[in-house]
Amino acid sequence: MVTESADLPVEAAPPRAVGAFRRALDSDLFYSFRRSPLTVVAALVVLILGGSALLCSWVAPHNPFDLASLNILDSFDPPAWVDGGNWTYPLGTDDQGRDVLSAVLYGMRVSILVGFSAVGLALASGVSLGLLAGFAGGWVDTLIMRICDVLLSFPAILIAILIDGVARSVLPHDRQDEIAFSVVVLAVTVLPAVQFARTVRGSTLVERNKEYVQAARVIGVHPVTIAFRHILPNVIGPVLVIATISLAVAIINEATLSFLGLGLPLTQPSLGTLIRVGQNFLFSGEWWMILFPSLALAGLALAVNLLGDWLRDALNPKLR
Amino acid sequence: MIAFVIRRLGQSIAVMLAVGFIAFSLFSYVGDPISSMVGQDTPIADRAKLRHDLGLDDPFFVQFGRFLLRAAHGEFGISYQYGRPVQRLLAERLPATLELSFTAALLALLIGLPMGVYTGLRPESWLSRLFMTLSLIGVSLPTFLTGILLIWIFAVMLGWLPSFGRGDVVQIGGWTTGFLTLSGLKALILPSITLALFQMTLIMRLVRSEMLEVLRTDYIKFARARGLPNRLIYFGHALKNTLVPVITITGLQLGSIIAFSIITETVFQWPGMGFLIVQAIGFADVPVMACYLVLVAFFFVVINLIVDLLYYAVDPRLRLDRAGAAHGH
Repeated sequence: MVTESADLPVEAAPPRAVGAFRRALDSDLFYSFRRSPLTVVAALVVLILGGSALLCSWVAPHNPFDLASLNILDSFDPPAWVDGGNWTYPLGTDDQGRDVLSAVLYGMRVSILVGFSAVGLALASGVSLGLLAGFAGGWVDTLIMRICDVLLSFPAILIAILIDGVARSVLPHDRQDEIAFSVVVLAVTVLPAVQFARTVRGSTLVERNKEYVQAARVIGVHPVTIAFRHILPNVIGPVLVIATISLAVAIINEATLSFLGLGLPLTQPSLGTLIRVGQNFLFSGEWWMILFPSLALAGLALAVNLLGDWLRDALNPKLR
Repeated sequence: MIAFVIRRLGQSIAVMLAVGFIAFSLFSYVGDPISSMVGQDTPIADRAKLRHDLGLDDPFFVQFGRFLLRAAHGEFGISYQYGRPVQRLLAERLPATLELSFTAALLALLIGLPMGVYTGLRPESWLSRLFMTLSLIGVSLPTFLTGILLIWIFAVMLGWLPSFGRGDVVQIGGWTTGFLTLSGLKALILPSITLALFQMTLIMRLVRSEMLEVLRTDYIKFARARGLPNRLIYFGHALKNTLVPVITITGLQLGSIIAFSIITETVFQWPGMGFLIVQAIGFADVPVMACYLVLVAFFFVVINLIVDLLYYAVDPRLRLDRAGAAHGH
């Protein structure tokens, strides 16, 4: 189903890009997108938050990492619309005199970067393992699937915390801040990778006995080529849908790790790190330091989740 | 049946051995225990003697076997951070975590179940829509944000409830309980709601979809045709059949509640095991981490095992499925 709708514009559309664009606008997918106002809002939120975060070096009013531009006299300024605030710092400043809006934008970029790296890594490793398990069968399949079963019986956040803990105690302590990013990505990658592996394995088992695969085998195509060139395009659809929801989960899990103080350090703050810092000032009344990173995180996660839900329903032939 | 139980037990033991191996590797390869025990000017001969006395020069499998034996007796060594036996530290924290998790599980069930039944019976009503929207937000909102939001409203703005700690506790034997004092109960409210919220939305959605499915079946139509009152159909016939998956999932979620208590305990500085493990990871306190790893894995394996066996015993259809799946492999 998925591959059909993706292939259709290419085959039938005139070779001009405008034609392909028209076809995309007329497609079922875009129709169901237009029909759901909530999804349109979610897409807008993702576009605005994601876009401004990725372009933060141009969009953000200040550079929160430029120590020379910080002035301790400007610390604890409230947001502009509150008494004592000013428009130099629209959402106020933190304890170091850093602009909260800029910190949130830079932090969101880190969060999104971790999310995409984790899901990308999980796709690469999970899909390969799933193809291997489904295509090779035998003890390879049993081994991979047993390990997956065990990992799946634990919640994602627990696995992430334990991997993070093990990595921290194994790796050198003096370089902890430099490798924190890789450790966090690895910690939140494992569970989505397992989910991808299971999904791909399931559909590979079905595809492997179909005629086109047997035909490829008969003419002597290398098994690896069969797996990646012939089977992969037919099993990747459902995985991409799960990947959208995994992105939201990965962003939340990274934020949780950073909030617990096990994720990204202050030198490279993500939204979770900012919330962790902001919590210290909850009781002294500087609410803007925690409110805005929290809103950004919640908005981002909710919007990505909504998009994932919509995509799942829109691509599910049973619900048509 | 017996073959299934044996295979399942075998799997559980294999998982525990694997986790034990990871915990042991942590011990053996993270730092040198000798250098953390002796001073800088200890001669090499003395170090070698100490190493031999402690059995650290034994073959790998001898050491691993000794580790397993000691772990089975609940001995995991001395915490680097507190300088006290790890099992004692965790045992002190266990009541706090278990009381919190138990309260949260009860809350989730007591609120989630009626909400699920209601939204299943009246899927179009505005209250159901409200519940469904709230549950979507509940699923998307990270646990720690829920906790912070509750602290902000009820502790900072209204000042009704404490924002951290367990309040006054009463010592009963080796168990400390916060159930018996007013401040203990007050301190329990916010953390348990935070912890329950995610499970609550999960139970609600599950009960809802099961109810919707069951209400469409023929035996419900037949019950209606017989003219039975709605109350009897809904609660006598329909609800009973939705309960099997609900009980299983709730059981499995117990483990998840213990895992999520790590976050809740950190937000509310609740003196339980989760708060301890977060600090231990920060300090690279390997013995505490290893002990927690084994303990939590044990919880999960036991819960999964019990739920699997219960499922197998309760639902005869599954016995057929499982047997078929087992032959397929």
